[in-house]
Amino acid sequence: MAGGERKERFAGVSDRPVKRFYGPDDIAGFDYHRDLGDPGEYPFTRGVYPTMYRGKLWTMRQFAGFGTAEETNARFRYLLEQGQTGLSTAFDMPTLLGYDSDHPYANGEVGKLGVAIDSLEDFEILFEGIPLDKVSTSMTINPPASVMLAMYLVVAEKQGVSWDQVSGTIQNDILKDYIAQKTYIYPPEPSLRLITDTIAFCARHVPRWNTISISGYHIREAGATAAQELAFTLANGMTYVEAAIRAGLDVDEFAPRLSFFFDVHNDFFEEIAKFRAARRIWARVMRERFGAKNPRSWMLRTHAQTAGVSLTAQQPENNIVRVTLQALAAVLGGTQSLHTNSYDEALALPSEDAVRIALRTQQIIAEESGVANVVDPLAGSYYVEYLTGKLEEEAYAYFDQIEAQGGVIAAIEKGWFQQQIADSAYRFQRRVQSGDYKVVGVNAYVDPDEKLNVKILKVNPDVQRRQIERVRRVRETRNQQASAAALAELRRASQASENLMPYIIECVRNYCTVGEICGLWRELWGEYREESVY
Amino acid sequence: MEAAPERRIRVLVAKLGLDAHDRGAKVVARAYRDAGFEVIYTGLYQRPEAVAAAAIQEDVDVVAISSLAGAHGVLIPELTRLLREQGVDDVLILAGGIIPEDDVPALLEAGVSRVFGPGSDLNEIIEYTKVNVKR
Amino acid sequence: MTAEERAAELFARLATGDRRALARAITWVEDGAPEASALMRLAYPRTGRAHVVGITGPPGAGKSTLVDRLAVELRARGQTVAIVAVDPTSPFSGGAILGDRIRMQRTLTDPGVFMRSLAARGHLGGLSPATAEVVGLLDAFGFDVVLVETVGAGQSEVEIMELAHTTCVVVIPGMGDEIQAIKAGILEIGDVFVCNKADRDGADRTVNEIEMMLDLGHMGEPGINRWPSETEGAQASQSADGAAAPDGKASVGARAGDAALRRLDRTGHHSAEELGNVASYLTRAAAHAAARHGTANPGDISWRPPVLKTVAKDGLGVAEVVDRLGEHLTFLKETGRWQARREHDAARRLEELVRERVVRATLARARAVGDFERLVRQVADRQLDPYTAADEILRSHWGG
Repeated sequence: MAGGERKERFAGVSDRPVKRFYGPDDIAGFDYHRDLGDPGEYPFTRGVYPTMYRGKLWTMRQFAGFGTAEETNARFRYLLEQGQTGLSTAFDMPTLLGYDSDHPYANGEVGKLGVAIDSLEDFEILFEGIPLDKVSTSMTINPPASVMLAMYLVVAEKQGVSWDQVSGTIQNDILKDYIAQKTYIYPPEPSLRLITDTIAFCARHVPRWNTISISGYHIREAGATAAQELAFTLANGMTYVEAAIRAGLDVDEFAPRLSFFFDVHNDFFEEIAKFRAARRIWARVMRERFGAKNPRSWMLRTHAQTAGVSLTAQQPENNIVRVTLQALAAVLGGTQSLHTNSYDEALALPSEDAVRIALRTQQIIAEESGVANVVDPLAGSYYVEYLTGKLEEEAYAYFDQIEAQGGVIAAIEKGWFQQQIADSAYRFQRRVQSGDYKVVGVNAYVDPDEKLNVKILKVNPDVQRRQIERVRRVRETRNQQASAAALAELRRASQASENLMPYIIECVRNYCTVGEICGLWRELWGEYREESVY
Repeated sequence: MEAAPERRIRVLVAKLGLDAHDRGAKVVARAYRDAGFEVIYTGLYQRPEAVAAAAIQEDVDVVAISSLAGAHGVLIPELTRLLREQGVDDVLILAGGIIPEDDVPALLEAGVSRVFGPGSDLNEIIEYTKVNVKR
Repeated sequence: MTAEERAAELFARLATGDRRALARAITWVEDGAPEASALMRLAYPRTGRAHVVGITGPPGAGKSTLVDRLAVELRARGQTVAIVAVDPTSPFSGGAILGDRIRMQRTLTDPGVFMRSLAARGHLGGLSPATAEVVGLLDAFGFDVVLVETVGAGQSEVEIMELAHTTCVVVIPGMGDEIQAIKAGILEIGDVFVCNKADRDGADRTVNEIEMMLDLGHMGEPGINRWPSETEGAQASQSADGAAAPDGKASVGARAGDAALRRLDRTGHHSAEELGNVASYLTRAAAHAAARHGTANPGDISWRPPVLKTVAKDGLGVAEVVDRLGEHLTFLKETGRWQARREHDAARRLEELVRERVVRATLARARAVGDFERLVRQVADRQLDPYTAADEILRSHWGG
């Protein structure tokens, strides 16, 4: 081997070959003010705020949700007691896809991957005892996002909290669903309409709400490399900005409330560089390309989650270590909010013990490691600045390719993103198979006698039955006239071009169900069918 | 002159129910293809009746179900019941994804030959398939 | 049980409408199982009833989505539908991902629909070696319509044309200019042309381009046409180019050709030389198309392929496609081409089978007695030329 090295080629999880060391030549032409700026200064490479974690620590926001609203409410309160600073809600598959728990397709799926929500009643239980003026809530929901937001606003109202005090996020990112997460329902045009309606509504009525969480997490989890995750996410972001502008909004009206959501994977420095590159690219795009004037429009604020796909079922305690390194990368990368995975998540939904350890991981980094005491400590590192620049370059190359296809939606319809991702996923799998990429416990340091003995969370099998009873009771006991009238109005407005939020709010207030609302839209707009690629 | 026709093993890679995670299914589909199998991938959001109809019409040797959303306990037995009812008894049924150990016996009882957990070796899946195909 | 007995038992079940038996029969035939030829013998008398429609076109044209919609429409009209979709086999591994079924989501649990995915298994030309036999089994089972979907449109797609009674070529907007359409060879093979994804820019232009090219080799309205009588033709060509043509045939083609060339030239895109080359190519293409769709004899009934627009994913334009496919079937039956086709197919198939068996038997015998190996060595060493060697094999095994 050349020069006494262990391998011919050194490459991390994204299969990016790296040199032995990096020096000044690798960042020739680097200019501090142009390329970095101070923290809180355009182009925000070093962080969106001047004080960053010295002013306020990142929000520790663990994703939670399973079973019925009661069970999830209990988990929410447990996490808040344990020091979590924001809520993040996981919904079950039927809810994500707009089906009520008693729909035939929901059989076997109710409450399994998240909480089952059918009507406002579930939401009232979900946030029982949780003051919505003090706690911000993120909701991972896409096509039905407007419905969940409407329910949240009505619950806040009932708590006496005005909408301008309410803060949180709805994921509401349909483009990445077409590309990767696949929890789509409707075709692109009506889906974008729902999104721009929520953006416009919140700009006026819910000013502290992040109306969209433009996500790379799912794109990465589906198999994309770091550069693809970065590029595809930002391209989607630009597409939303264009859509909102086309819908008549001024960019500075809504851009400050756009937020992002990235994965944090194994390659420590690549991930840190990815966050920095993301901020720099976005700031430039917003200011130069979209002409935003408000500095808050230039700031890329992001949530991060450690890579689910990196967790192993084998020797699960190792996952605690993986998550720690990934969380550290997210913090050094300047994330605003962070979810750390639990070590048992490769096997099932996280148990209380496991999620506590995940939360402690963040708390130890925050309180004991010292990294939160200095903003962007890795700035000036030859390697990190080189990587930041390289990722930015690669992202721009992808932007060109996407433009050449006619933009994001055209590329989605051709299956271009999906093909890129499937190819990366397959290449990665082959590297693992060949041993080129080592996964401890799986293809390296394997314990042949391992017996899996992890206490995993089991969803109560009674959940489906109870939830079905509940939704049926809600339908029977609500004011039939009011709910029918509200649905009829929603139908009328959906066929016109009015902003749908007020109508959705009226529907949920009258206990129309998720399935009724989403089913109405299925009727009007049809369902999206994807071009499948491998 | 053409080569004489040869027997190819046909695999149906299936996603049942509302489970939207398709990375694994696609990777497995490609791996089977690269190992010389003919693969039919059902795509997302398939009802058990549709998967059973596909298995019958395509006369597959193997049905490989990918499940990461926890509905395996209900949907897989429904599928195997439909296959049995329609007289299909010579198909190798495999399941993979996130399926807790405790749930495996019930699946084996329902007619699944083997459950492959997360991080399973692709070569192992393929070898097992080659050795255990019933025809 | 012998292979014949097994085939008979399976066929008996297939004949009662057992779809599992049908699926198994298809597998045996695809794999070249020992039961295969017995099965085909049993199936043959029951074939010849189904309307076999080929759907071809480049990847990305939306063929599978269109086939899905065609099946729905045909079912609504009370027809039973079988679908055969052929996908390429990987030359490296011999495996394949058969990806068409995934797009046909509307009809898969309908008992009146049956779909089978086939891998090309190393065969070039768009179909797999067993496709014709698989179609035969589906025909024998009793399906009214068999849709055969294959990738590719071009010179290598002659096979689909030979297999199907009606070939439907699916393109999408913006697939290239006039000259490309000719090079692709799609004009020769299509009985019905469909421009799918017609909601995209350029759909009308693509339709017009194909229409123009078809006009160059044909004339009349899309669908069943009658060639003009001798006097009509002579009159027309007189008025077009000022001189009476010697016979009705050439004038018809020339008149259509002139009109189309004028349209082509109107865009000002092409030089006189290019047009000249196009014209001569098209005269040959015209002759070929005329032979395929109907000889241009005065009074003859012929088929001028219609060019349709669809947006398959929304189901738009599909009903008209089904109408035209039905019209083409009527054309074939009323003009005697259906019967002529059956004879042509029978001749081709018989020739194929005889050739296959003769070659196999002769070489097997030559190998068995060691003649083949001996002659190979002699030819390799230039002691003997291959022609003489072949003569020797034929003489010693066939006499004469």
